[in-house]
Amino acid sequence: MASLDDLKKRITSVKSTQKITKAMKMVAAAKLKRAQESAEKGRPYSKKMNNIILNLSSGISDKESAPKLLSGTGKEKIYLCVVMTSDRGLCGGFNANIIKKAKSYFAKLDSEGKELKIITVGSKGKDQLKRVYGHKIIESISFKNSKNANYFDAEKVCKVIIEKFEKEEFDVCTIFYNQFKNVITQIPQAQQIIPLNTENNDENKSEDSYEFEPDEEEILSNLLPKNISTQIFKAMLENSASEQGARMSAMDNATRNAGEMVDKLTIQYNRSRQAAITKELIEIISGAESL
Amino acid sequence: MSEEFKIEIVNPEKSFLSKEDVTEVIVPAFEGEMGILKDHISIISFLKPGIITIHAKSGEEKFYVEDGIVEFKNNNLSVLTSSIFNLKEIEKGKLQDLLKAAEEETNKPEINDQSKYLVDQKIEVLKSLN
Repeated sequence: MASLDDLKKRITSVKSTQKITKAMKMVAAAKLKRAQESAEKGRPYSKKMNNIILNLSSGISDKESAPKLLSGTGKEKIYLCVVMTSDRGLCGGFNANIIKKAKSYFAKLDSEGKELKIITVGSKGKDQLKRVYGHKIIESISFKNSKNANYFDAEKVCKVIIEKFEKEEFDVCTIFYNQFKNVITQIPQAQQIIPLNTENNDENKSEDSYEFEPDEEEILSNLLPKNISTQIFKAMLENSASEQGARMSAMDNATRNAGEMVDKLTIQYNRSRQAAITKELIEIISGAESL
Repeated sequence: MSEEFKIEIVNPEKSFLSKEDVTEVIVPAFEGEMGILKDHISIISFLKPGIITIHAKSGEEKFYVEDGIVEFKNNNLSVLTSSIFNLKEIEKGKLQDLLKAAEEETNKPEINDQSKYLVDQKIEVLKSLN
């Protein structure tokens, strides 16, 4: 049995851990609010962008001459997966969920005999993937220095992707991120961005014909890269809101667990203190009796 | 009959501006300035660097944009842009900075014709503002 001193030390250390997790929870809660706000504010832009593209692509008469970013390269051989994770740990299952989703997708590609290439955004994803898929990672991007998700960073990622696409290094591109639903639920998402998925959006299609200036194709070829950075930016915003949410609930759990532990240890401490006193009393009494 | 229509300007971070009492908007479209009145035909176009002027019942506002897309449909004008500044709020220093960055860019040797054209446009607009 641990001595009284040992117990006392453990209680203090658990208590100070609890203080840290509590503080982290509060910080995450404050950041979450901001991240959630910006995720919501960013939605109109990506929605509008999507609508315009859908209207444009439904208006394109000749599918053959459509830009490659929209119609694809015609092959489906090499798959590029952009796995977006956080740069910091201690956020529960946040990163693990994305990685799990990505890994099951990788396994599927593997069984279909497709070639796989990976770009990781955020250092945690890289750490987890490099053990098994290290040789497939062709680029790792991390934004440790930027405080919040910003559009500028998204454009950087987009530039990398488009450069690789133009060099025909891949045919299909999918991004992985966590969609923020609420504080305790984040849904890992796989979204295909190249070629653009235009099918399941019938509701937004309009019958109106547009006038274009300059012509459709030029607009599309300019708009598509922008759309990719918009989609990536959206994923980054969702991700940062999810990260804070996941961290908040993880830290909340940790604080609660620490509290339980402190209670248990305190009971144990009191019991052994009591036992020591009783033992001493018995010793004194039996000592007095023997006289 | 009212002559007003709606405008919404959004940038990636947020909805920048939304107004319902707009009578005329002049945008710097790719192929020249374009004035949009109510019941304009549905149109999609690009923006080049320039000034968006909004005439509304509540007053006139001017914005500096560097790029973007305009969409007009059913008397709704949407402007999507990643860089927009209200001319009233923007500081002189910021304009100088933008001008400087643009001038640096136009002097790069590897710049292609299209982006050079756009950057030169930018410089011209910025100079006129300063």
